[in-house]
Amino acid sequence: MSNNLIKILEKKSNIARQKILRMTTECEGGHLAGSLSCIDILVAIYFKILRHKPDNPDWVNRDRFILSKGHGAPAFYTVLAMCGYFPEDELLTLRKINSRLQGHPDCKKLPGIEISTGSLGQGFSAAVGMALGYWYDKKIDSRIYCLLGDGECDEGQVWETAMFASSYNLKNITAIIDRNGYQIDGKTEDVMKLEPLDLKWKSFGWEVKEIDGHNMNEIVDALEESRGRRVVVIAHTIKGKGVSFIENNNTYHSKPCNKKDCKKAITELCEKFELI
Amino acid sequence: MSISSKFKKSTRQAYGEVLLELGKEKNNLFVMDADLSMSTYTCYFAKEFPERFFNAGIAEQNMIGVASGLSKTGKTVIVSTLAVFAPGRVFDQVRNTLVHSNCDVKIVTTHAGISVGKDGSSHQSIEDIALARVIPGMRVIVPCDAVETKKVIKKIVDIPGPFYIRLGRADVPIITHDKIKFEVGKGYILKKGKDVTLIGCGMTVFEILKAADILASDNINAEVINMPSIKPIDKNLIIESASKTKKVFTCEEHSIIGGLGSAVLESLEEEKDIFVKRIGIQDCYGESGLPEELFEKYGLSASKIAEKVKECLDN
Repeated sequence: MSNNLIKILEKKSNIARQKILRMTTECEGGHLAGSLSCIDILVAIYFKILRHKPDNPDWVNRDRFILSKGHGAPAFYTVLAMCGYFPEDELLTLRKINSRLQGHPDCKKLPGIEISTGSLGQGFSAAVGMALGYWYDKKIDSRIYCLLGDGECDEGQVWETAMFASSYNLKNITAIIDRNGYQIDGKTEDVMKLEPLDLKWKSFGWEVKEIDGHNMNEIVDALEESRGRRVVVIAHTIKGKGVSFIENNNTYHSKPCNKKDCKKAITELCEKFELI
Repeated sequence: MSISSKFKKSTRQAYGEVLLELGKEKNNLFVMDADLSMSTYTCYFAKEFPERFFNAGIAEQNMIGVASGLSKTGKTVIVSTLAVFAPGRVFDQVRNTLVHSNCDVKIVTTHAGISVGKDGSSHQSIEDIALARVIPGMRVIVPCDAVETKKVIKKIVDIPGPFYIRLGRADVPIITHDKIKFEVGKGYILKKGKDVTLIGCGMTVFEILKAADILASDNINAEVINMPSIKPIDKNLIIESASKTKKVFTCEEHSIIGGLGSAVLESLEEEKDIFVKRIGIQDCYGESGLPEELFEKYGLSASKIAEKVKECLDN
């Protein structure tokens, strides 16, 4: 991938992070740190990988993305808005009453959302169901992408789904795990040990790619190489990535910045933007 | 009315047959099961249309999710398992994925209630109507015989969105007629009366019809209503009949908490001076036994129903 394209995507990520900060500070809520950990992946998907038409969200041959870690909604809404699924100024209505931007994605309310998520372990099932439907319809050029949290992999249903996909030998789906090492009650390895996560997925019949979830080159390469295969990309990320005082600070799981800290964060990001 | 007890067919058998018929007509109809296709009879469809049948194995939660996603690629999906597993085991999946996303998925369960028999309480669902009913927007239908089952299934595949259909295990007599159209939200008077109203759904409809005969010999003229549509329920019909008789008895193969009886009571909330008695499973688990024995022991047989009606009228 060209250096130029990488820089474009990195700049978009930076801008997206600023929007996430503003959005969550404005609504005084939202899952900030977990949105910052997956935004690079989402930018890569929506601006490089996904075949989609923001002005025609129901385009029959589109690739589909499902946010199984539904609480990453701020990041998801941000990329959708930046792509043109809805006006960007609507981002500041996150979690407000009557808003289309619900606390967790509601497919009945906002274009660009394939299925409602929020209860962990379920979006991935639906994603595989869509992959099954696409396989039946012989949509050979279309693909399903699904982002899960690492803590989400505690849910048994995730493994039911992984087993199903292998049993039906589906090759039109890429799962991505936002491996930021944390869940609500602490580090994943302290709450419920996931490791060896790669071997678990392998034993369920998935090819595993491990990447730096903040390296745009690695993200894009991994996703592009997964075409035509059943792949899980374990993306090693930092919860709160991009803002020094939020990185690996789990108090920001569902706590946003206050106005003062938001300004500090934006300043940091703007400085970083200049260096891209 | 006379019913031929000689010809009996289970509602699940009828379901298997109608699914096969519909499979031939509708090529966007897909079916999923969780390793129980030979009990739910989705196996008929599976044999004829293997490319449109997906077995999820003993993994019901994933089955609901996959069916939901599949339906979002332009397909109508029917999923089946035993009533004790859906919505029960998959409640969150039905609530937060299937219905929340307004998926075109119909959940058709079999083996509802205590008439499951010898498998015992772990397999005897007495809460499924309550669970399905309480999910916003879920429609709940409990057909009483094989004829009604076919009408119901044929109807709902053409109405987009989620449905929960509850079927039984045992063979049951045919009570309804081919000629009467099934409509969602409609109840049916099977026998007009003026002294008491008896409302049933599923397997208890036959029992309340027999109970009406027993009551007739005691000069109690019962109006018998088949209420397959629990949600939306035929509120107008309930109020009309209740206003006439002032005494309503509901009977269900389900807990008296949250099922048909509760739905009927809810319909009558603003009405004055109506006596309502819910006959059903008294907030307890079932047990192993033969269906007839269990109906007798748990108060769902015609004689027990008639007894209960007379007891209430005497007091």
